[in-house]
Amino acid sequence: MFFILITGLLLGGTYALIAMGLNLQYGVARIMNLANGEMLVAGGFAAFWVYTAGQVSPIAALIVVAPVAFVVNWLIYRIMLRPLVKRAKSRGALEVDSILATFGLSFALVGIMSWMFGGGYFNYSYLAQRVDIFGSSYGQNRVVAFAIASLIAAGLWLWLSYTRAGLNMRAVAVSPDSARLVGIDVTAVSALAFGLGGAVTATGGALISMFFTLDASVGVLFTMKALIIVIMGGVGDIRGTIVAALILGIAETFVARIIDPGLTLAAAYVLFLGVLLFRPQGLFGKQPT
Amino acid sequence: MSAREIRNLILSAMAFGVVALLPFYDTGYILSIATTMAMFTVLATSWALFSGPTHYISLATAAFFGLGTFVTGYGFQTMPYWSLPLIAGVLGAGLAGLVGMVTLRLSGVYFVIFTLGLAELVRQLVTWVQNRTGQRGMYVLTSITERDIYWQLLGMAALVFLVGWLIGRSRLGFALRIIGNDETVAKHSGINTALAKVLLFMVSGAAAAIVGAMLAPRYIYIEPSTAFAPILSFQVVIMALLGGTGRLWGPVAGVIPFTLLWEFISRHAPNQTLLLLGLAFLLIVYVLPGGVVGLQARLKHRFGQGGH
Repeated sequence: MFFILITGLLLGGTYALIAMGLNLQYGVARIMNLANGEMLVAGGFAAFWVYTAGQVSPIAALIVVAPVAFVVNWLIYRIMLRPLVKRAKSRGALEVDSILATFGLSFALVGIMSWMFGGGYFNYSYLAQRVDIFGSSYGQNRVVAFAIASLIAAGLWLWLSYTRAGLNMRAVAVSPDSARLVGIDVTAVSALAFGLGGAVTATGGALISMFFTLDASVGVLFTMKALIIVIMGGVGDIRGTIVAALILGIAETFVARIIDPGLTLAAAYVLFLGVLLFRPQGLFGKQPT
Repeated sequence: MSAREIRNLILSAMAFGVVALLPFYDTGYILSIATTMAMFTVLATSWALFSGPTHYISLATAAFFGLGTFVTGYGFQTMPYWSLPLIAGVLGAGLAGLVGMVTLRLSGVYFVIFTLGLAELVRQLVTWVQNRTGQRGMYVLTSITERDIYWQLLGMAALVFLVGWLIGRSRLGFALRIIGNDETVAKHSGINTALAKVLLFMVSGAAAAIVGAMLAPRYIYIEPSTAFAPILSFQVVIMALLGGTGRLWGPVAGVIPFTLLWEFISRHAPNQTLLLLGLAFLLIVYVLPGGVVGLQARLKHRFGQGGH
């Protein structure tokens, strides 16, 4: 039981990082990015490639993966998504457009990645020793991934809470129209948030690839999980995202160990159903007036 | 009925009559492509019945379709064949009703996300049940030929068009158009928006399940991973949007070219089908919003009312 709890927490920590990336993109830039999971897989591919080709540790690879992902996502926002934001007559119209456009992007990326790397699974063995915590042993790579994910998540949270740029971002998340009135460049902040979100997700992908077998088409599964976490935690709510991610990590591990490893999505759906039925505004969200 | 409507009705009946003669001309490759087209015509048209007016993007088609194939797979030996599509339709409507009741009270994003994983969820559950009962895939060996399936699908297509036409004229259709334009206005004019959306989603879910039940004999061997393949949902969305959802005939205008293109790509470059799917989505968003129907409307607008 205790073992499941710890394993679930370790998994949930990485989920939290991925969902924070999606939350920045959806909460601040207002883009429901369904290609998020492909960014994750791309990050994982990069780490895999760097490790197998150059024997460079996946953690060191983050120094390159994160900035590259930032630039790529920033460009995606400026070139692909900004025109949609401009032409949208309402938030609903933007949602439909961005969902379709990012679906297109997602399929195109899967197509390109399976063309470049083939359709097979890929994994590598890094820090595969055991480490003992409270009498049970866990994969060292899982513990290290959790520690790095927590560090980055904490840094992100501090940055959003205590810096001027973070304040701008939270202002845009609350109300883009009012943010414009107090002199915030909403377009620039949105592009920054979208790029940052992509960088965070790709980092999460590089971390996950240390202990999880990925393939080119697995991205949509992570998109799904990140979406459920973001909705469960509440859009734009960092604290809620972290709590929701840990809950999902534990629930998935529990179902996989006790019932059947093939039912992890079903576990996520049970949580999703509960949220939709009882707290559609998110765990800590206020009842909309 | 106005004279125009009578004319359209006669023209559509004639078109169906001509298309139904195809198996007498060819029973090989052409019939097989035509069957695929007929299948997607039913799926895309019934998808557009719901998603067209409401703008809710449903990705649940594969879940309903798979449900239908499993109804035939389990029932074809013990039950009369004609009853299977009916049972599939009832189950499909039931599943759609459940999903609709949970998600359609909320904004469109929740609905998209929930339906995105629905096929995968049902697949996991079916696989789990099969593993526990020690069962794998199953064979559907019947005397039903491709020609029978084709005619069944054509009949189903005619039914879907008829239902769509009737809904368009009914209070329900009117209510849905108002919901699509402005849900708040719809609520304030006394429309039970959630009920209207759930009802129509049930129609579209039932149609997809029936199509699945009809097509099961074509696959011969059914297993969860092929019956619930999520890609079907995306193909349907693309075809419907490519054709345009503003008119009843719109999705057909997307089904025909996209099926041919898909067939061509999967024969000559089978690894690039996903790339094609992605590019088609981007094409719809950036070049053809409103699909062929929207294009026709824009051209009409530009060149005056005379041209068609």
